[in-house]
Amino acid sequence: MKTPLLVFNENGIYCEAAGVYLDPWRPVDKAIITHGHADHSRWGHKKYITHVSNVPIIKHRLGDINVSGRTYGETFTINNVTFSFHPAGHIIGSSQIRVEYKGEVWVFTGDYKLEDDGISVPYEPVKCNTFITECTFGLPAFKWIPQSEVFSDINSWWAANRAEGKTSVLFGYSLGKAQRLLKYLDTSIGEIYTHGAIENMTNVIRPMISFPDTTLITRDTTKEMLRGNIVIAPPSAHGSTWIRKMVPYVTASASGWMTFRGARRRRAIDKGFVLSDHCDWQGLLTAIQETGAEKIISTHGYTDIFSKYLRELGFDARTEKTQYEGELAELETKKENEEVL
Amino acid sequence: MKRFAQLIKQLDSTNKTNIKVDALASYFENAPDTDKVWTIAILSHRRPPRPINTTLLRTWASELANIPLWLFEESYHIVGDLAETIALVAPPSEKSTEKSLTQYLEEIIALKQKDDAQKKEYLLENLKKLEYYERFVFTKLITGSFRIGVSQKLMTRALAKATQIDEDLLAYKLMGNWDPNTVSFHDLILEENASDFLSKPYPFYLAYAIEDEVSDLGVVSDWSIEHKWDGIRAQVIIRNGEIFIWSRGEELVTDKYPEFHQLVEILPDGTVIDGEILPYSEGKIGTFNDLQTRIGRKTVSKALLAKTPVILKAYDLLEWEGKDIRSTPFSQRRGLLEKLYKVTGHSKHNSTSSKNIPLHLSENMYFTSWEEVAEERTKSREKQSEGLMIKRKDATYQVGRKKGDWWKWKVDPLTIDAVLTYAMRGHGRRSNLFTDYTFALWDTAQSELVTFAKAYSGLTDTEFRKVDAWIKKNTVERFGPVRSVTPQLVFEIAFEGIALSKRHKSGIATRFPRILRWRQDKKIEEANTLDDLKAMIPSVTQ
Repeated sequence: MKTPLLVFNENGIYCEAAGVYLDPWRPVDKAIITHGHADHSRWGHKKYITHVSNVPIIKHRLGDINVSGRTYGETFTINNVTFSFHPAGHIIGSSQIRVEYKGEVWVFTGDYKLEDDGISVPYEPVKCNTFITECTFGLPAFKWIPQSEVFSDINSWWAANRAEGKTSVLFGYSLGKAQRLLKYLDTSIGEIYTHGAIENMTNVIRPMISFPDTTLITRDTTKEMLRGNIVIAPPSAHGSTWIRKMVPYVTASASGWMTFRGARRRRAIDKGFVLSDHCDWQGLLTAIQETGAEKIISTHGYTDIFSKYLRELGFDARTEKTQYEGELAELETKKENEEVL
Repeated sequence: MKRFAQLIKQLDSTNKTNIKVDALASYFENAPDTDKVWTIAILSHRRPPRPINTTLLRTWASELANIPLWLFEESYHIVGDLAETIALVAPPSEKSTEKSLTQYLEEIIALKQKDDAQKKEYLLENLKKLEYYERFVFTKLITGSFRIGVSQKLMTRALAKATQIDEDLLAYKLMGNWDPNTVSFHDLILEENASDFLSKPYPFYLAYAIEDEVSDLGVVSDWSIEHKWDGIRAQVIIRNGEIFIWSRGEELVTDKYPEFHQLVEILPDGTVIDGEILPYSEGKIGTFNDLQTRIGRKTVSKALLAKTPVILKAYDLLEWEGKDIRSTPFSQRRGLLEKLYKVTGHSKHNSTSSKNIPLHLSENMYFTSWEEVAEERTKSREKQSEGLMIKRKDATYQVGRKKGDWWKWKVDPLTIDAVLTYAMRGHGRRSNLFTDYTFALWDTAQSELVTFAKAYSGLTDTEFRKVDAWIKKNTVERFGPVRSVTPQLVFEIAFEGIALSKRHKSGIATRFPRILRWRQDKKIEEANTLDDLKAMIPSVTQ
């Protein structure tokens, strides 16, 4: 039996024919990167290849690295293996990686979602033989509602808090979710304040996407200035001394995990908005159908359950262990987020 | 139903008690009376009997969601709440309904008598026309349990706010047996001289645990000390020639303890005693484990009565000659109790010299220094008590858990180092997180690990997250919601009591085991053995 085009080894997803890794979790010579989140673009590779929009983001996170940018659909060849990036719709710059060798096509999704969020280039299905997919929310309990409805809820929540003289604190991952929240906040309600991690990341992205004005919270920001306004903060800020000076405030988290009542209660957050940058259950099934792939490999999320269901549907489906975390970073407090920023 | 679902959604949207109270109070001000009564009933754990068993419920819900049953089950394990899972996997509603909460509850009560086909039709039809929160509430009502982070105390506080009636009085009105199907809001809450107080117990007064130095309580002579008995807290009510026995969980348990029925002949009418039901035979108090055999039984066989007889260890008198005496000082109530105890035929203040009357007095002890109190506490285990109760002599009998006048000073728990072997996902706020653990100890040969206890509490949220992540990476096998894990982590397990048990694989039952700390410094070879555990069992001869 010939070696598969992509294999999963201790360093990451490896293409032996080209001698490159996709989103490796250990330092390697050459890495092709789907997007800028810390579990996909890690420190220590000698060379990074990624979509152009990711270049400033990854440089911001990892400092002075050797990185080259490509555009969507542009092909490049390494040892006769052809690679190209295709929109994944997860966050700005997020890409699926298409790998073609001797007529066989594999696609690795990284993280993705089907809904057009108005910031990232919308997901495009890519025909392939083998589809390596995430399944962070691969359970029928997850069903997203259109983001327009979620943002209408978020803005009503903000307005109601303002009417009560309270500061609204909204948690979202500093790369991706924070900008998606920012983009759709109704600035007629009040002003938007940000945590440093979010302000810095947003400034990196501002040249590519327009966002409402934000004010960085500094030592001089008083609770009177914040009152009635909204603060966007990373999840790890919850319960910190930084946030305590905002009293009276109300907290909310925007994440796919907020589907579960328990997840919100466990973190002692007042309000949960179900908003995710990953596929919901139906989204995953639709994406798989559209690729036409016979073989499906699930990398992170409820992989065993999802693969079992796919096998019942007639796919050749299996699970591979990786070190990707999906939206976990948004559910549980992760320090990494702050350390790199 | 819309109004009630909206209330639950509001309660779910905040972690702040005051906002919850406001939302509930506003509901009590505006909802129709019958809905109010049902809401009070539901939030005080008076729910209609479950009309559909959960196996059918799961099967039908998976059909509605068009997913295989195993996938529904997996989702349920992860979501951690059946009603929530059903509400999540059900397709979005097509229609809507204006049916009230009361209507729904009447239908759910009637549903119990219907056949399976009718039950299924009813369930699916209603799930299709309810919005997410309505579906959740509807299914919660059907599954029975309704724990949603609102305590009875919080509900009572909101009701007090809405009606301007004293909270303690409301708590009393809500005690005991009343049927939300027949009682009106007026009779239950507003009526000043509620006629049906005959069987009603008084709200129990609960103690706080001593946190700091016991000597901080001040002068020792202000306090009365007694042992903290490890049984079932109960109120025995004698009124109108009838006896009623209530457990602290507001369960009427009169029929479970026939030993006490003779008290009707002995105690005068208009008497309410607060005490502890304890197993007692051959002049000795048994362990809580002995009592377990009595708790679960609705009807008690003669054999069981003979094997595990019980007594009431009386420690307080709440009603005397038909009068509520809770506002008189403890020392006076105690004096009356002792007087009463004498007339029952006991000659001395000695609880061991009973004439087969299952009423004993919990001995009050007076000390001249806190050191003496501490000394007495060390004798707790041999006296089959959990520690000491410290009661202020001039304190009134209060409602619920109140700080200041009643303190419990438990003995330090026993502890042992055990190995984590299995983990299960938690429920409620711990859903989707592995927080329910099984622990094992080494057998004599130190070659095999034997399960000895399960524990669910004791770690911080941060520690739980760490252990959860570890479990996900170190799973050996999956059995539905349970995972076996590589034996590697050692935890110090604390427990209150210990006894031999035939019902446990290890042969030993521990009382209230919980995690004391994660011993990251220990390897599994350093965990304790079952023999170490056995050595902790107090010797039978005292």
